[in-house]
Amino acid sequence: MKKALSLLLVGAMTLSLAACGNSSKDSAATDSSTTEESTTTEAADTESEGNGGAAFKIGGIGPITGGTAIYGTAVQNGIQIAVDEINAAGGINGYQIEYNFQDDEGDSEKAINAYNTLKDWGMQVLVGTVTSAPCIAVSEETHKDNMFQITPSGTAVECVQYDNAYRMCFSDPTQGTESAKYIGENGLATKVAVIYDSSDVYSTGIYEAFAAEAANQPFEIVSVEAFTADSKTDFSVQVQKSKEAGADLLFMPFYYTEASLVLAECNKQGYEPVFFGCDGMDGILGVENFDVSLAEGLTFLAPFVAKSDDEMVQNFVSKYEADYGETPNQFAADAYDSVYVVKAAIEAAGATPDMSVSDLCDAMVGAMPSVTYDGVTGKSITWTADGEPSKAPLVVQVVNGEYTEL
Amino acid sequence: MIGFISYLVNGISLGSVYAIIALGYTMVYGIAKMLNFAHGDVIMIGAFVVFSTVSGAGLPPVVGVLISVVACTLLGMAIERIAYKPLRKASKLAVLITAIGVSYFLQNVALLIYGANTKSFTSVVTIKPISLAGGSLVISGETIVTVIACIIIMIGLMTFMKYSKSGRAMLAVSEDSDAAQLMGVNVNSTIAMTFAIGSALAAIAGVLLCSSYPSLTPYTGSMPGIKAFVAAVFGGIGSIPGAFIGGILLGVIEILGKAYVSSQLADAIVFAVLIIVLLVKPTGLLGKQIQEKV
Repeated sequence: MKKALSLLLVGAMTLSLAACGNSSKDSAATDSSTTEESTTTEAADTESEGNGGAAFKIGGIGPITGGTAIYGTAVQNGIQIAVDEINAAGGINGYQIEYNFQDDEGDSEKAINAYNTLKDWGMQVLVGTVTSAPCIAVSEETHKDNMFQITPSGTAVECVQYDNAYRMCFSDPTQGTESAKYIGENGLATKVAVIYDSSDVYSTGIYEAFAAEAANQPFEIVSVEAFTADSKTDFSVQVQKSKEAGADLLFMPFYYTEASLVLAECNKQGYEPVFFGCDGMDGILGVENFDVSLAEGLTFLAPFVAKSDDEMVQNFVSKYEADYGETPNQFAADAYDSVYVVKAAIEAAGATPDMSVSDLCDAMVGAMPSVTYDGVTGKSITWTADGEPSKAPLVVQVVNGEYTEL
Repeated sequence: MIGFISYLVNGISLGSVYAIIALGYTMVYGIAKMLNFAHGDVIMIGAFVVFSTVSGAGLPPVVGVLISVVACTLLGMAIERIAYKPLRKASKLAVLITAIGVSYFLQNVALLIYGANTKSFTSVVTIKPISLAGGSLVISGETIVTVIACIIIMIGLMTFMKYSKSGRAMLAVSEDSDAAQLMGVNVNSTIAMTFAIGSALAAIAGVLLCSSYPSLTPYTGSMPGIKAFVAAVFGGIGSIPGAFIGGILLGVIEILGKAYVSSQLADAIVFAVLIIVLLVKPTGLLGKQIQEKV
């Protein structure tokens, strides 16, 4: 009986741990309900289909249910706005765009299924996927099929390891390197403490590049502390260690949910360094009931600020707010730009929809070095042959409880 | 030295939260002989009720906490009545799976009502922090309240079990429910009462947890729930002082492990200690060796 009980306990723990692992997947399911009606949009001009698919078929893949649904939904909406704009303005090279978005729930296997569904539909260019792990999986498929792929937000290095794949956002290492450079060049600190999530690729990728670049910068990393997905409630030790090390800047390469806890803990311990984050901080002011004074002075690098004077940004933000009732985040902005980059590449290549997927991809890849793009996430963006964009990140600071571009 | 004391204080504070949650686990296990995996989610519901009433409706914190305790008590009894009571004669595995199901159900209900976005919880504690040793050691009001609440709850529970009639009925049911029934103890209402007390404790634990660590999502309760379950096993599941000691030790080991060994390996250290304790003392620190009659 005792054995049976202990077996039961072991089983129970395994089950419950597994339950924890999976549970986060569902967390944002409710956010997608508002946008489901726009999953598939036929181009306004369907008459031209008579002459053999005379419209460019752009597919999108991303999580519109599950724990990362906030990001997938933003991308889906961002693409939709760009597609509508382009179609209303006469299309690409005179051809309309057809757009189809499939859900992958942030899961690699489902992303492949979504890719196959889109291929059956006739997709010629892929804008996606949204999150890194599925993106890496799908990039193997697009490489095999030689299909042009641009990911709005897949930050992991491997997302664009093949020649046919490009990226709109910064890669993880770029963010780390740029952050270290910014801190060093502006003399923000001499002693830096880092807290990062060692169970997350995004956080670890930024931290590693940051640490590597820090060696070339006039500041010293005095404390490095980690946390994991299973122990991200109590940050007292990490904050206390940073404080004891005498750091005057705390670098936080992780998402805003944990950041709000770290900021609260620093306040509790009376520790007031300069807070420096990454683009995952975007959203911290939207945490319900959050005391925004805790985030005052928080600085981070981001590709996009909705509160900008730039005309393109204002146009995009007002359309997004009108259509979806919320302020777009950087994922929506990157997605919007991705579609315009596809347009720019097709135009530079002089391509037509009747080309095969592979020929279209070769033509677009050939044209990419000549593309220079001005968008909402940066100006004069060019791409290296590796598929990495070169664009200057914006420096955003929380001033008087609002994101302000420095 | 100050650093060490500070870590210790943080560890005891975290451990006290684990202990209050573990008391709920251990009571239900001791009396109903089932692992109530939905316990962690009742904590989350308790915290959300306080969030709605205090931050949302603007009621005073004390009223909010009382409403939350009442709501969780009713919720706990409802869960017991609807989900567990029909399975009283079923196999343990069936009850366990049901508990996991209830856990998911509560998480998803919270998700439907409150959405997935993180909420920031305003602390209900208004006591000023104590500053010692010239400001290098700060003990927050939340820590003080949590530790005191934990001790009061443990002593209160032990007194209740020992001296009150229903407490002794619980003890009788925990030792042999059939015999207790023969002696005129109403087993069903005793078990329902256990769930009521356990869920009321969960509400208090939820408030204290979120006051110390002010982030609230539908998944807030699951990890502390698991840790508290470990604490209950560590101290000897079924034993009230065991849950208390297990909770405090778990918190202290976790924080000291983070501070002096590695912040990444903290959980591994906690579980390694658990395994060693269970190898030496399979029933946990204060667990009783109960002879099973075959």
